[in-house]
Amino acid sequence: MAARVSVWQRLWRERWGLVFVAPFFILFAVFAIYPIGFSAWLSLHEWNGAPGRELFVGLENFRFAIRDSLFWESMTNVVIIFMLHLPLMMFLALILAVILNQNFLRFQGLWRALIFLPHLTSMVAAGFTFRLILEKESGFANAALQFLGFAGMPWLEDVWWARISVALLLLWAWTGYQMVIFLSALQTIPPELNEAAMMDGANRIQIFWKITVPLLQPVIIFCFTVSLIGTFALYTEPTILTGGGPIHSTATPTMEIFGNAFLNLKYGYAASLSYIYFLIVIVATLVQLRFTNRGEK
Amino acid sequence: MIQTKKAPTRAVPTDHLVHGFVYLCIIAMCAFTMFPFIWMFLSSLKPLSEIFGQGILPANPTLDNFGRLFAETPALQALIRSFLIAITATVSSVFFCALGGYGFAKFNFPGRGIMFALMLGTMTIPFAVTLVPLFMMMRNVFHWIDTPYPLIVPGIANAFGIFFMRQYMQSVSDEMLDAARIDGASEIQIFLRLVLPTITPALASLGIIFFMGSWNNFLFPTIILRDPNNATLPVLIASLQGSAGRTPYDLIMAASVVSTIPMLIVFLFLQRFFYAGITAGSVKG
Repeated sequence: MAARVSVWQRLWRERWGLVFVAPFFILFAVFAIYPIGFSAWLSLHEWNGAPGRELFVGLENFRFAIRDSLFWESMTNVVIIFMLHLPLMMFLALILAVILNQNFLRFQGLWRALIFLPHLTSMVAAGFTFRLILEKESGFANAALQFLGFAGMPWLEDVWWARISVALLLLWAWTGYQMVIFLSALQTIPPELNEAAMMDGANRIQIFWKITVPLLQPVIIFCFTVSLIGTFALYTEPTILTGGGPIHSTATPTMEIFGNAFLNLKYGYAASLSYIYFLIVIVATLVQLRFTNRGEK
Repeated sequence: MIQTKKAPTRAVPTDHLVHGFVYLCIIAMCAFTMFPFIWMFLSSLKPLSEIFGQGILPANPTLDNFGRLFAETPALQALIRSFLIAITATVSSVFFCALGGYGFAKFNFPGRGIMFALMLGTMTIPFAVTLVPLFMMMRNVFHWIDTPYPLIVPGIANAFGIFFMRQYMQSVSDEMLDAARIDGASEIQIFLRLVLPTITPALASLGIIFFMGSWNNFLFPTIILRDPNNATLPVLIASLQGSAGRTPYDLIMAASVVSTIPMLIVFLFLQRFFYAGITAGSVKG
C-alpha cells in the first residue's frame, strides 16, 4: 500500500479530471439542479410570471391539485394508453426480434430498417399523417374498412377510439425501437442453447417461452421501464393527433402542466402539479421494478 | 403438425410452411410501419381536394404543395434553422459529454463519486418538472426567448451523454495515456489527439441520438420560439394547422416530407451507429 495522500494532494494530482468535468457540471448545476429546486420553491407560491410578484401560499397549490379532476383524469388517461399498447408492442417486438434472428431469413438488414424507421420520424409529422389517415369521413382507414364491408370507426371522435388511436401511433413509433434492443440481446444468446433444447424435443414455442423470454428478462424490464416513463411523459403525439380530446380523454399530465403554465399563466400551480406527477412516476417505477424483480427469484 | 414433429427426418414441407408464415408476418409488419410514410409522401403530391378524395395514387402528381410551402411559409428558414440548431447542439453536446465522460472515467478526483451519483439521480426526473423554471430562466434571466440558445446550451449538460461516454472511456487503455504523458503531451493534447480519435464510433452513436432528438424536438421549442419566423420545422408544421376543420393538409404533408427526408438520409448512411447508440443505453440494464 502506498503512503496515504491528503485530499489536497489527490485534488492536485487529479486536477485535470475536475477541469474536464467542470464545463458539464457548471451547465448541469444551472440548467438541471437549480431548476429542480426552483420548481419546488415555486410550487409553494402563486405566480403569474411577473418578476417579483410571487405570493407565498404554502401547500394551497397541492390542496387544490388533489381536487383537480382534469389533472387526475390525465393520469388515468396515460395509464389506459399505456395498457392499450404496451403488452401488444412488447409481444410484437419480441416475436419480430426472434424472427429476425433466424438464420434462414434473407434481407434481415432491410426488414430491421423498415420496422425501425418510424422511430426516427418527427412525431409532429407522424401525428398529422395519422390524423389524415384516421379522418372520419374521408380518411384511408375508414375507406378501407368500408371497402371491406365494415362500418367506419370514429377514430378521433370517440373517447375510447381516440385513446386507441394514440396507442396505435405509439405502437407504430416504438415497436421497432424495442425490437432492435431485443435483437441485440438475442444475439448474445449462444445458438447451442436452442439447438440443445431442440435435441431434447422442445418445439419453437416452448423455446420462446422457456428459454428466450427468461434470458431476455433484463432488457424486457428495461424496455418496460422506458415505456412506462415515456408514456407518462407523453406530449407531442396526443397534442398533434387529438389535441387531448375528445372531452379530455387523451390529455396527459405534461399537457396539463403545459396548459396551466403557458395558457392559464398559473406557474406556481403548474410547478406543484409537476411535483405530484414526478412523485407518481417514481412510485410507479419502483412498484414495477419491485414486481418484476420478484419474478426473477 | 403432430405427425411431422415426430418424423425422424427434417420435415421439409413444414419448414416451407413455417418459413412462408414468417415472411408473411415480417411483410405485414413492414406494411404497417411503411404505410404512413407512403401515405405522407403520396398526399404531399396531391392537391387539397384530392387529399380528401377516394383515390390512393395522385391523379396528377405535382410538386405544387412544396412550391407553395416554401413561397407562403417560412419553411426554408425553418429548415435551415433546424439544421443549424441540430448540428450545433450535437457537436457541442458530444464534445462536452466526451470531455466530461473522460474526466469521470480516467481521473479519480475527490468528490467524483458524489458528482456522478447526483448526475445519475437527476436522470430520472421528467422534463415537465424543469419545464416551467427553465422557461422562466430563459425569459427573465438570460432573455433568450426567440433565440436558438435555449435549444443548444442546456443540452450540453446531458446526463445520459456523460453516462454513455464514461462507459466507453473506460475501454481506453491507461498504458496508452501514460505513454503519451511520459512523452510530454499535455492533458488537453492527449484528449484531443489521442482519446477522441480512438472513440469515434461512440462519438458517432451519441451524435446521432442527439441529432435525432434535436431535429424532432417539439415541446421545448414551442415554448421558446414564439414568433413563427423563428420556428424550427416541427414547430412550423404544428403552427400550420388552422381552425378546426380547416387544416391545410396539403402544406402540412409537404412540410412533413421535408422534415422526414433528412433523417432518412442520415439513417441510410449511418445505420449501424443508430443501432449501436440505441442498444448501448439498454446494455447495463
